[in-house]
Amino acid sequence: MIRKILIQCCVVLCFMACESDDSGSANTSQATPTFRFTHNWDGTPVTSADFNGFNFTNANGETLSIERLRYVISDITFRTSSGEVLSTNTHHLADMSIENSLAYTLTSSIPVGNYSNVSFTFGLDNEDNSQNFTDLNSASFNVPDMLGGGYHYMQFDGKFINDNMDEQGFNYHAIRAVDNPGPNPTFPQDTFFTVNLGAISITNTSEIEIEMNIAQWFKEPNLWDLNVYNQMLMPNSTAQILMFENGQNVFSLGEVTQSTE
Amino acid sequence: MCCLNCSDDDTGYQPTAMPLDIPEIFSSNIIPPVIPTDNPQTVEGVALGKKLFFDTILSANGTKSCASCHAPQSAFTDNSPTSVGIDGIAGMRNSMPIFNLAWNYNERFAWDGKELSLERQAEEPVENPIELHSNWDNVVARLQADPDYPEMFQLAFNTSTITKELTTKAIAQFERTLISANSKFDQYSLGQISLTAQELNGLDIFLREDKGDCFHCHGNPNNPLWTNNDFHNNGLDATFTDLGLGGVTGDPSDNGKFRTPSLRNLAFTAPYMHDGRFTTLDEVIDHYSEGLQNSSTIDPLMKKIDQGGVQLTAEEKADLKAFLLTLSDPSFINNPAFQN
Repeated sequence: MIRKILIQCCVVLCFMACESDDSGSANTSQATPTFRFTHNWDGTPVTSADFNGFNFTNANGETLSIERLRYVISDITFRTSSGEVLSTNTHHLADMSIENSLAYTLTSSIPVGNYSNVSFTFGLDNEDNSQNFTDLNSASFNVPDMLGGGYHYMQFDGKFINDNMDEQGFNYHAIRAVDNPGPNPTFPQDTFFTVNLGAISITNTSEIEIEMNIAQWFKEPNLWDLNVYNQMLMPNSTAQILMFENGQNVFSLGEVTQSTE
Repeated sequence: MCCLNCSDDDTGYQPTAMPLDIPEIFSSNIIPPVIPTDNPQTVEGVALGKKLFFDTILSANGTKSCASCHAPQSAFTDNSPTSVGIDGIAGMRNSMPIFNLAWNYNERFAWDGKELSLERQAEEPVENPIELHSNWDNVVARLQADPDYPEMFQLAFNTSTITKELTTKAIAQFERTLISANSKFDQYSLGQISLTAQELNGLDIFLREDKGDCFHCHGNPNNPLWTNNDFHNNGLDATFTDLGLGGVTGDPSDNGKFRTPSLRNLAFTAPYMHDGRFTTLDEVIDHYSEGLQNSSTIDPLMKKIDQGGVQLTAEEKADLKAFLLTLSDPSFINNPAFQN
């Protein structure tokens, strides 16, 4: 119940820079594509059923479990072949533990057609991150004001076997990188980023799979050592920038399924 | 009271709608409460639910009511580690406080999440042998024979035929009206008052990931519930005598997990934790500072487990306690609408 409300409430579509394109007449067919979020570990599918066990080994050789993984995507954008941009002012919280959060359907329609690129923002850009989103507040996804406020981009929690062969928790929490936590924090660089999915053809009913390779968060360009970076990473701007860099290739376009109504 | 209209559904009588009075601090920060479509809030339903909540008629021997373990002056809990039923037998869990439950979006209630709605939660204590130790057939018969209840059900639900389902619906309606949103911190958030330096220091410790790091489970100034209503193993035990959520789901990875309680009204709700093991708030803070017990299901959000916890200084503990006490709401426990 809650999760339906969360998902429905977070959507406010407002199209910007959405001028009529070649097919943009009043008679143009419209579509409300669905984005489906799937997850894998270097190609092996991962669901919440795989949580809590030490089922994964990262690139640094650490065995780890996943206990929680949720993240925000925002500002889904469609670029036409003529260069016009349809940008949606929206955000969505995907939570691997909540099945119905893993599909997100635009609540306003876009013209059917071939788009040269579809993209979204991982996390929230700085303008969005300064907003008061009741759905994200309700999900306790906030970042404290002394760390710049706003919201987490991702909460990824689990345990790993450390160098002493003990189980230890990790909190791979991505936020806007921040220095000087306190009343006047500073921000060394932006750590939200754009994910380009590439060209997609949108028909009346399209389902677009967005894949996250969870292993990639630990892999490249920065080999992640959980013995070094495990907890209390929110006030650690170095860790945040490493996450930002590793995140660049985490997402990819999966299957695009089309059906006509 | 529109009695002429109440005896016949065909008259078109409808109970009087009574939407929840949602505080500004809630409406501006969190999504709307969960109200079941088949149990809308009504003036008559809430009044009936309140009478039932305080009535010992629900117990087998007429000695205890819901309020016996959920007393208004204690923010609708009691002050025993575990509550005692009509036969003098103590249960295994601390009575949970009751407030702001309409904003439990997960709709999993009780410490172990076994109750999947407020209406269903209200069913269980009536027949629980260590609580009211009655049975619903008898309760319904007593209510039906009562001089007042049939008419109250008529007004609330358009029928004088009393059922278990209607009884629990009424209780749930009353419980949803129990809203607490006028603590010192609420007033601070609304710009009406200031906090002391110590209280603000305590808030800082609460929110700092390298200090208390309380906010990941207990919310923040933008979430006035002060709970995520989720389930965590917060390091109370190395081995479990109470499986908590795991006892409900059957999943060993849920063993030792209990619902995060709200930090509101802590001043009134001692003792603390699912088994009431901590008598004071100081003991609770000490637990997170240096008392954590490791186990296979301890939440990864728990920090510095190998050191026993987050290692707060005495001054930091005092500041944190001062902040936590700003979340208590005396106007809630004294609200005349919530008294018997």
